[in-house]
Amino acid sequence: MIERRPYLRVVRHAVLVVAIAAILFPVYVAFVASTLSFDQVLHVPMQLWPGNHLIENYTAVMTHGSEKGSSAPVGRMMLNSLIVALVIAIGKIAISIISAFAIVYFRFPLRKTCFWLIFITLMLPVEVRILPTYQVAANLKLIDTYAGLTLPLIASATATFLFRQFFLTIPDEYAEAARIDGAGPLRFFKDVVLPLSRTNIAALFVIMFIFGWNQYLWPLLVTTQESMYTTVIGIKRMIPGGDAAAEWHLVMATAMLAMLPPALVVLLMQKWFVKGLVETEK
Amino acid sequence: MGAISLRRVEKIYGHGVKANKVIHGVSAEIVDGEFVVIVGPSGCGKSTLLRMVAGLEEITGGEIEIGGRVVNDLEPAERDIAMVFQNYALYPHMSVFDNMAYGLRIRHVPLAEIRTRVDKAAAILELAPYLGRKPRELSGGQRQRVAMGRAIVREPQVFLFDEPLSNLDAKLRAQTRLEIQKLHGELRTTSLFVTHDQVEAMTLAERMIVMNAGRIEQIGSPDEVYHRPATTFVAGFIGSPPMNLVRGQASGGAFDAGGQRLPLAAPAPRDGELVLGVRPEHVELSGEASTPTWQLRVQAVEMLGAERLIYGTLGGALFTVRLDATLAHPKIGDVVTLRAAAEHLHWFDAATSARVEARPLAMSAAP
Repeated sequence: MIERRPYLRVVRHAVLVVAIAAILFPVYVAFVASTLSFDQVLHVPMQLWPGNHLIENYTAVMTHGSEKGSSAPVGRMMLNSLIVALVIAIGKIAISIISAFAIVYFRFPLRKTCFWLIFITLMLPVEVRILPTYQVAANLKLIDTYAGLTLPLIASATATFLFRQFFLTIPDEYAEAARIDGAGPLRFFKDVVLPLSRTNIAALFVIMFIFGWNQYLWPLLVTTQESMYTTVIGIKRMIPGGDAAAEWHLVMATAMLAMLPPALVVLLMQKWFVKGLVETEK
Repeated sequence: MGAISLRRVEKIYGHGVKANKVIHGVSAEIVDGEFVVIVGPSGCGKSTLLRMVAGLEEITGGEIEIGGRVVNDLEPAERDIAMVFQNYALYPHMSVFDNMAYGLRIRHVPLAEIRTRVDKAAAILELAPYLGRKPRELSGGQRQRVAMGRAIVREPQVFLFDEPLSNLDAKLRAQTRLEIQKLHGELRTTSLFVTHDQVEAMTLAERMIVMNAGRIEQIGSPDEVYHRPATTFVAGFIGSPPMNLVRGQASGGAFDAGGQRLPLAAPAPRDGELVLGVRPEHVELSGEASTPTWQLRVQAVEMLGAERLIYGTLGGALFTVRLDATLAHPKIGDVVTLRAAAEHLHWFDAATSARVEARPLAMSAAP
């Protein structure tokens, strides 16, 4: 659309600028807070330009957490979060893509039932099944382990559903040509289906990674030692209950650190989906 | 070696009450090295038959033999066939070279051999400059050639073509037809070609299998099918514009149809209810009164460039006449006099649609 009225262009930009400012402002404030000292951050009103304690705060938080709240080093927690997020993202994608492949390309009894069963579980949030899951995890001695943090979250109905919808759009002729070429089902999967699914995999990886990174309830339940906490748990625990003043500068520093990896993942993967979208052919 | 044998082949979809028989006991023998075209209207079962030969569909009844082996229970990859699809089915993320090499790679053919075969096929099909490109960077005609290249490198006993020209525009279709003919001349591999286009069938086939509603109507060379169609279906399907078919009663030297009495150049093979067939190109405008003639009121005229089509009603049926465009042409409303020679009259039984052989002529005018 060619906008012929220049003042509307100004209005459009003004609206966008205001919206972006509204979204970015809190992040900016958090960043500024993470560069201040304890007294500066408690000062009312808090200054709005960055201070000069950046390096000091970040290293303190990475190595030994805050003193008033949890003292687990955030570095360790970030590692835990990273492991959990990666294992969940990769695990969910691997399991769902194979299930979707089986559902779409094979004919077996109860095929439709299986699909609908999987689909129905989509409707159940983690919280609904949390007690039985905890009990099973406890019985299997998965408390305070990476397995315990990731396994119960590793199946995904959303991903299965999305891959199934995508596979249904792949023309049957590819499968037939591959069959005539002598490719068995797994060969066909590896050589044809997987390369064609790249964009979907990239998109789902981002979503699943962020989901895994931000998990709070389940990691909270399944871990008891500080060394196994994830970053989001760490942030919460740095804020002591009661009357003690939290070390907000350190809390903000942790929050900034917690935001970094997902942002990086999105930035990196973005290149992949745009490339994939641009490359669609017939 | 690459001979194909179809013995009472049947295809039934579903079972019990909902069973749907789409192919009714089809039998045919295809000689090694032959180019056979299976032609018929949409839904006649030709693609299903081809896919059963390929192994992409289960064979519900009967047997299919390729190169002397019964292949009913063999996977497509074990049947030593290669297929060219209507939509090309090229793997979109692989280069042209990889597309052609894929089948060979799976069979663990050494790379040097793969290169040789691909280069040879690329040379025949003029694809050498495109080997590094992806399918989306090629035109439709080029993609189809890559699909054929993929089939050629496999050096199979049989080529199967499933309406490969249907997605191409008219000019490209004609070009690719010639290329396929040339290819067959060089490779002489047994080929089974499915199409709904009777022009493709007539130009490419050494023999044609004309199918309708799951049954074979006629198997024969293009010449046979054109000059001696076995049923009214074949008569009306092959030839463009289609053969005129007039239903009526034959008695002695005349034919009563649609209220008109049509005198015949030669008597019908027998009396009774018959269908008379005459091709539009075999009807002449005649001024002489010596041979039996028919009167036709012109209802429409179509100019096609080199020829003209005249439409009217004769014996109650739509009647088409093909005239050379250089001749004087009648206008709508004119009544023209038509003549058809004895050897160009085809007779079919009205009830069974089967061809009824004309009585041998006392004086035969050789076709």
